[in-house]
Amino acid sequence: MTARAARISSVVAVLLTAACTSFYEIPIETPIRAKLDIGAFQRVLVAGFISGGSEDVDSNLETTRLLRSQLRNKSELRVIDVDVLPLMDVANDGREAGEANGSSAQPTAIKDQKDLEPFEHVFANVEYWKKIGEEHQNPLIVTGTILFLPRTSNSIVQRDEEVFDNLGRRRVVPTRRFVERKGFELNGRFIFIDGRTGAQLHSQTFGETVMYSTQQTTPALSSYFELMDRLIPNFLSTLSSTKVKGTRILLQ
Amino acid sequence: MFIRALVAALLLTVAVTPLAADAREDAKKQVEFGIGVAQKNLWREAIFWWERAAKTDPTYAAAYNNLGIGYEHEGDLDKARAAYEKALELEPDNTYIKQNYELFKEINDRTSRQNQ
Repeated sequence: MTARAARISSVVAVLLTAACTSFYEIPIETPIRAKLDIGAFQRVLVAGFISGGSEDVDSNLETTRLLRSQLRNKSELRVIDVDVLPLMDVANDGREAGEANGSSAQPTAIKDQKDLEPFEHVFANVEYWKKIGEEHQNPLIVTGTILFLPRTSNSIVQRDEEVFDNLGRRRVVPTRRFVERKGFELNGRFIFIDGRTGAQLHSQTFGETVMYSTQQTTPALSSYFELMDRLIPNFLSTLSSTKVKGTRILLQ
Repeated sequence: MFIRALVAALLLTVAVTPLAADAREDAKKQVEFGIGVAQKNLWREAIFWWERAAKTDPTYAAAYNNLGIGYEHEGDLDKARAAYEKALELEPDNTYIKQNYELFKEINDRTSRQNQ
């Protein structure tokens, strides 16, 4: 009896508190400051990427095009339209010099993250980026790595299924099924370089995956754009302030 | 001696209780005014009133909750976190404050992760 009375009184107390508190839902916009101070730059050069993975999509060319178009529409920087830089060749030139010094050879085809590593030295080549910067009036340079790979996954999924016996009685029986899915993953790194000095200012890694059922036929290029759509807000927030919309509860 | 102390404590309680009640009433008015101006999108003024309410009655969780929202809207995320945490310290079971704080943390954590 005492326990019941205590329970009732606590419920009453909660109800009274709720009744006494007025609340108002209000929309808010939380400003998120840009991660990079780009005040010193008027121009941006999306130089190109060291890319690999699926041969159905030229992820270097597509990423360069997409980022340039996004920056043109959503940033105040003037986008420089030039041919995509042959970064693989630049890295290979570096390799030849490296081989002369006894360092190991680079893979011809990039099939996984490990294959990208031997090319990474190109981003630390301050002299090269400074030269590129001088050629384009000292812009902010965007480059990096992109790996767009097909992916499959197999798993056993348990689901409840309705079963009816001879008398028409309904039963729910858990059944296990083998589910095969296919899709793509997009991994890499955006690197921001100061065109005046050739030094790296900032870098951000990313990784996104999209999976479909095997019955669904989705072209690789559509999946690529679906994955890039998820990365773009993060990329843009590096260069310009953004606002996150939401609602909160004001109390009285 | 004991009776004298008891009387003094009683007098003090009697004297302080209306003061506390007055402080809460004043703070409530300030919070209400702040809500009105926030709804008109005048967030800086709203913050002014909620800061004043928190000073008037430092045990008033609603003032800190609203301050958290105001600071968040102004992008002052460190102050917002401190205000939400103070509100939760005062009313740990308040579901509205908890919900606001969770939403705030989601944005704040995402931003911090991106900055790493």
